Amino acid sequence: MTIRTAARGRTAATAAAVCALAVALTACSGTTKNDAKNDAGGAAASSAKADPNAPLKKNLKMAFLPKQINNPYEKIVDDAGIAAAKSFHGTAKEVGPSDASASSQVSYINTLIQQQQDAILVAANDPNAVCGPLKQAMKQGIKVVSYDSDTAKDCRQIFINQASSEDIGRSLIQHIGKQIGYKGKIAILSATQNATNQNTWIDFMKQELKDPKYKNMKLVKVAYGDDDDQKSFQQTQGLLQAYPDLKGIISPTTVGIAAAARYLDDSSYKGKVVLNGLGTPNQMRKYVKDGTVEQFSLWNPENLGYLGAYAAAALASGQITGAQGDTFSAGKLGKFTVGKDGEVILGKPTVFDKTNIDQFHF
Amino acid sequence: MAMAPDTRSPAPGAAGKAEPPLTAGLRAKSLALRWDTAVVALLIAVFLVGLGTTDGFSGGGNLAFAFNDISEVALIALPMTLLVVAGEIDLSVGSMLGFSSALAGALWNAGWAFETIVPIVLVVGILGGLLNGWLVTRVGLPSLAVTIGTLALYRGLASVVLGSDAITDFPSKYAAWTANTTTLPGTFLTYPIVLFIVLAIVTAFVLHSTSFGRSLFAIGAQEDAAFFAGIRVKRYKLLLFVLTGLLSAFAGIVFTLRYGSARADNGTGYELLVISAILLGGIDFDGGKGTLAGAVAGILLIGVLRNLLTLNDVPGEVQTVVTGLLLVASVLTPRIIGAVTERRQRRAASAAAATT
Amino acid sequence: MTTLTDKPTAATGEPGSARSLVDTVFRAREISIAGALVLLILCTWIANPRFLDSQGVKDLLLNASILVLLAIGQSVVVVTRNIDLSVGSVTGLSAFACGKFVADTEHGVLITLLLGVAIGLACGLVSGALVSFGRVPALVVTLGMLYIIQGLDYWWASGDQINAAQVPEAILHLGSGSVLGVPYLPLIAVVLLALTTYFLRGYRSGRELYAIGSNPEAARLAGTPMRRRVLGAYLFSGAVAGFAGALWLARFGTVVADNAHGYELTVVSAVVVGGVAITGGTGTAWGAALGALLVTTIGSALVVLKVSSFWQGAITGALLLAAISADRIVNLRMTAALRKRSARHGHGA
Repeated sequence: MTIRTAARGRTAATAAAVCALAVALTACSGTTKNDAKNDAGGAAASSAKADPNAPLKKNLKMAFLPKQINNPYEKIVDDAGIAAAKSFHGTAKEVGPSDASASSQVSYINTLIQQQQDAILVAANDPNAVCGPLKQAMKQGIKVVSYDSDTAKDCRQIFINQASSEDIGRSLIQHIGKQIGYKGKIAILSATQNATNQNTWIDFMKQELKDPKYKNMKLVKVAYGDDDDQKSFQQTQGLLQAYPDLKGIISPTTVGIAAAARYLDDSSYKGKVVLNGLGTPNQMRKYVKDGTVEQFSLWNPENLGYLGAYAAAALASGQITGAQGDTFSAGKLGKFTVGKDGEVILGKPTVFDKTNIDQFHF
Repeated sequence: MAMAPDTRSPAPGAAGKAEPPLTAGLRAKSLALRWDTAVVALLIAVFLVGLGTTDGFSGGGNLAFAFNDISEVALIALPMTLLVVAGEIDLSVGSMLGFSSALAGALWNAGWAFETIVPIVLVVGILGGLLNGWLVTRVGLPSLAVTIGTLALYRGLASVVLGSDAITDFPSKYAAWTANTTTLPGTFLTYPIVLFIVLAIVTAFVLHSTSFGRSLFAIGAQEDAAFFAGIRVKRYKLLLFVLTGLLSAFAGIVFTLRYGSARADNGTGYELLVISAILLGGIDFDGGKGTLAGAVAGILLIGVLRNLLTLNDVPGEVQTVVTGLLLVASVLTPRIIGAVTERRQRRAASAAAATT
Repeated sequence: MTTLTDKPTAATGEPGSARSLVDTVFRAREISIAGALVLLILCTWIANPRFLDSQGVKDLLLNASILVLLAIGQSVVVVTRNIDLSVGSVTGLSAFACGKFVADTEHGVLITLLLGVAIGLACGLVSGALVSFGRVPALVVTLGMLYIIQGLDYWWASGDQINAAQVPEAILHLGSGSVLGVPYLPLIAVVLLALTTYFLRGYRSGRELYAIGSNPEAARLAGTPMRRRVLGAYLFSGAVAGFAGALWLARFGTVVADNAHGYELTVVSAVVVGGVAITGGTGTAWGAALGALLVTTIGSALVVLKVSSFWQGAITGALLLAAISADRIVNLRMTAALRKRSARHGHGA
């Protein structure tokens, strides 16, 4: 009925009616954000006790669910994890969507529940969209480990953090500060507007910038290249045109930094603008050697997958529960301790430059 | 059909002109019917194969999930079917879903009551549909071009209202209605799917048993003829665009509650998913052909097939190829069948002529 | 450009006055787009002069080149009242295949480009055969092809990436080098544009594409080999998309499976903005190229004008709608004027 009248050109009347209705509803106090906060129940805390001496179970089934299946970086992580699982006689596989949207991982989680996996390792595209199904998985006894990009805290038992987010954010500012002599405008070229890990790092970068020693440095813009090579390329161009006196760009994403480096490499800005961020040695080798980029950093993605597989196995074998202070051993990487909020930190990122880049091949 | 008597003099000519396409349309319609049945048969076959071969497929939990997972696509597909039957298309549905989700998130974050947000978002959906419909029917632009424009526009507005934020903590009493764990007691039907079934029945009735529905086929088959037959072509099309906008906005709310996350990029690429679902069901993009049953079967087929392939660890890339092949098959098969039967009939006719 | 397009017009020997009027109408569409483009560039330039310094112009041209190529290919399909939604996938597949082919080798530029074209031709052949001989709706078939090609591409690539360091220097040079200060890519686009325009207007088969698009029934009765022409249009569009994929590799150096993902809608919108009617029969490759230039320039200008990237999508969409609406209104006016004038000249009856 409403629609018909709208179609007859009485849109205004309809809209008014609906608005009136809306106001009336508001008046009799509907459900607002404050009400919802109260009814959000806490996650069921795991009651099981950790037994640090329990042996790793054999024939564990686990699955890696990356942000996107054809992301080269995630592929390195997952392949290393799959190999690690083999080393303790488990089986692991990689499944996932071909686009990195918030919702696309959900149906894969459901499938993994149906397949009764022992553990799911997920790099979340959106911290909350995957929450419901992950909670269902935990309810059925499936262990959930997030890696690379975290989910909401109560939707997983452990988060394998590549490096402390604070470390990453602050050290990127420290590095670029040193490179530009603590003076001038800088910009950030990030991934998508909603990327959890990038946004966390950027927040820490902004905090670091509040330190008085950066008083002559100014963050003028955060641009988004959507982790798309071409878009990142064009965003770099735009940044340099919009801010001609830009001194440095930080790109905390492997796709972004490679695209930015390629643009600088054959533009007139080469050597005038400092580029730093997170990249893989294989992608950046050319630009480090020809002097476009002085240094960049990254953790070892293979170790990230390796640690993830061991952590998932330790959970599934009952060695740890994800509580703070639990310890487990991760093969060749040694012993790790679960920190606050179930976080396990891989280590400090490696800084790559001319002197060491040829030692790394990933 | 509804020729007024005073237009009799031009009528024979007009009727004569209209005759061949009409019969051709009828023949094609019977073929399209066959494709509908084929899709339904395929759906049942896939379902049975799933039951027989795949553990975990038949569990109520899984089926509830599999169907719930396509509820937004299914809801949008209903008005879209009508639109395509009438010879138009709306590519902005995915963006409208995202805009509705982002707007709901922004208002929720600003402390508005959820009961207020829903009607506002639905009105915005109606306005979005009106803009599409107005540009198509009044300015006279092709819907494909217009809705490519609004695809960018609505997605852009979504990112204007919400930026890079992801809003969460929606009221659990409403979110529960969309969850795949809340089903109609005793069945695997979740509430969004129940709503879809109800709306599908209503749409089927409207499309196939009312004069409004029949006039949509007429518009799609031959717009000028429909206009001269007294059908209010522009008004009907406008109404369909509004309906599509409304349902897209509603699907945006379902999406937001179901995933518990309002983001500007929600539902990206859904337009092609919706369109492939209904085209798979035998709705002809050239308009004027198809049945709602076929469209529904097409939607369910995509949902069930995806679930089944994922359960069997078939990679997403292969699923994409399968979707593409099915699409091509959906238009090619009826043509091939048509060509074969025509040739056989012709041969039979010439044989009959030879014997007499 | 005009010299090129005018020659065949004279050669066809059609009545001059009618032809020039038609020309005016056609040109009006393109002029309005060109006007919008100039206005946009001027405003941006006033706001930020660096937009038009040598680096700025180079970036602008380079950004637009690949989209311009794809738009030219697409326009040839669209004038026949068809559409090719698979171009994004074809470009992506071709870019990845070429990357895989040249990775860590010293393969030359020419063979790489030919490989790209061959892949594009193969894809175009399948789409074109289905549309022309299978007589199935182009939108459905090419949407299906979009999925099929994209799925095959992703499946093959499975997360692989070709890095700039692996690509031979000669190929990268094609993407970034220039002659007399003009980069190669825009030059290639201009050459293709000239050839396409010449073909569409100077050759009978080219004009038949318009005939098919504006009135298929009449074209069929007139004995136009419709299937062959439509197939030809798809082969062209496919070949251009494959070629664009090879250039993509040259331009960006890094290729993954999902290059050019979702590009099809950008290409179609560029073509439509350029005045090529989606309903077939009207528009020029030249207009489509301008449309592509406008679409990319809007994107670049917004970044330079420091418009928040959150606004970018909304503004692009609004400008697209404005462009096609304005185009439509101008077109209606011109048609009315044309009718009036031809009535005065006695052609009205």
